[in-house]
Amino acid sequence: MAQHESVKEIIQYKKKRTKTTSIIEKIIPSLLFLAAFISVLTTVGIVFTLIFETVLFFREVSFIEFFSGTVLKPLSPVDPQFSILPLVMGTFMTTLIAMLVAIPIGLTTAVYLSEYASGTTRKVLKPLIEVLAGIPTIVYGFFAFTFVTPVLREIIPGLSATNALSPGIVMGIMIIPMVASLSEDAMNSVPNAMREGAKALGATQLEVTFRVVIPAAISGIIASFVLGISRAIGETMIVTIASGSSKNFTFDVTQSMQTMTAYIVEITSGDAAAGTTIYYSLYAVAMTLFVFTLLMNMLARYISSRFREVY
Amino acid sequence: MKYIDLSAVEKKMSKRLLMNKAVKYIFLSATLFGLVILAILVYRVAIDSIGWINLDFLTNKLSTAPERAGIKGAIVGTLWLMLIVGPVTMILGVGTAIYLEEYAKRGKLHSFIQTNISNLAGVPSIVFGILGLTIFVRLFGFGTSIIAGGLTMALLVLPIVVVSAQEAIRSVPSFLREASYGMGATKWQTVKNVVLPASLPGILTGVILALSRAIGETAPLVVIGIPALLIPIPSSIGDNFTALPMQIYYWTLDSVMVDEYANLAAATIVVLLIVLILLNSTAIIIRNKFQKRY
Repeated sequence: MAQHESVKEIIQYKKKRTKTTSIIEKIIPSLLFLAAFISVLTTVGIVFTLIFETVLFFREVSFIEFFSGTVLKPLSPVDPQFSILPLVMGTFMTTLIAMLVAIPIGLTTAVYLSEYASGTTRKVLKPLIEVLAGIPTIVYGFFAFTFVTPVLREIIPGLSATNALSPGIVMGIMIIPMVASLSEDAMNSVPNAMREGAKALGATQLEVTFRVVIPAAISGIIASFVLGISRAIGETMIVTIASGSSKNFTFDVTQSMQTMTAYIVEITSGDAAAGTTIYYSLYAVAMTLFVFTLLMNMLARYISSRFREVY
Repeated sequence: MKYIDLSAVEKKMSKRLLMNKAVKYIFLSATLFGLVILAILVYRVAIDSIGWINLDFLTNKLSTAPERAGIKGAIVGTLWLMLIVGPVTMILGVGTAIYLEEYAKRGKLHSFIQTNISNLAGVPSIVFGILGLTIFVRLFGFGTSIIAGGLTMALLVLPIVVVSAQEAIRSVPSFLREASYGMGATKWQTVKNVVLPASLPGILTGVILALSRAIGETAPLVVIGIPALLIPIPSSIGDNFTALPMQIYYWTLDSVMVDEYANLAAATIVVLLIVLILLNSTAIIIRNKFQKRY
């Protein structure tokens, strides 16, 4: 404080500093709250944009037609029909195929890593498998379209160039690390005393795994499945590229099918003029997609919190 | 006198032990399945891109002729995108994390914001695309510019930054804060001078992971209508742009008509994957090197 001549000046200087400090102390929390509030605004933004345009859509298309019809012909010049069921079917089929790949392989991977693998093997394998999750979905789309589909066409004659099978399988591969890593976390949190107890009674490692560890970790494992399903429902690029754009209401996975996400991409890329029914259908489909995935995510959280075993 | 008939035990056990051993290898092969696919994917992309990746490819502009087409525009566009996503997510994400960890009272509002963030993390990226299209592109009139794409991406990856910053802040031991208060520091001084520096490695790791996610995301950009046409190289945040994943997307679709486009897509994938590997290893290095343990 060399620059201050008298004690009086020092006191005044100190007072001034305390004042600015206290102003900063008052402003900062509100600024930080504002930052936190942006995330709330984002959710509000999503919900409101979807609701507004969806309401406009249902003024033109009846609720019953949208959810019970089986024909989706948005671009038909005469009598365009809007039913979401073909898209729900496409989404359901690709998701089903994806989970048929991801659940068994993800779960056995988790079992191997948490129950069988030695410490070093685990340290090497786990990050390698997690690399799978870091690959952009567009790369998986390219892989499905240019490699997996041609290979499958050699095996399955009659498989069309775009189909639900190939993107479903590739999507499953993409989801493996998610199921594996969440299930492994759940299994790792099962205390060792339980394993040792079972082994002391003469159980083999396999029996310990299936009769003790998996039942004890079941809530976390099921939550990982549900999250995987949610991920598959919302996945976009793989299905856009590899599953085609035919709005088929069918169980035949060898044919081209369209998912909800792929429909959104098709309509947004195709310059649907604002105000047309096609334009509003985009939001109705997006709303359905949003509600589906939100319910899945909430279900996953409910399962893992409600049924968490306490040891 | 024998109490236990060992041969009977062995007979009974052998089946179970054999089963155990067999299943172990089944599990191992399932684990390796994902890795084999990964190897095939990388191998295929690498083979397809041989001869296509060179300096010309990186520095040429887009062209309808595959031999002359390059990804300079997409690289510049991706860099511009990072210039928006990085600072925006850092400020909003770290701000949110500080608010939740240091300032907010544990109550309804706190858990509401927390739940909201974890819900946002589960919203499909294409829905963020619709949000960007409606709010930034149409309502604010940004068009398909860098700023519209950047803000959309920033909102999409925000939860990643918030969660990792929260974890980093939570791991700062309370004795550091108490020492700071003991020296007469105010709350914000403590946060700014003690908590933030101590949690910086964790925060940076989160930001880098968010960036690498934003670089690879395609769906929101497709939905807001980012082109991959012959547009000029962007030079400001109001310009139209294209990005690496968009280039891959269009070339993959076009490969049905012109075979060489598949090679171009593969070459772009190699560039994208190299960028992602570099980013992710940086994140790992930061985490391992600078993470202090108290």
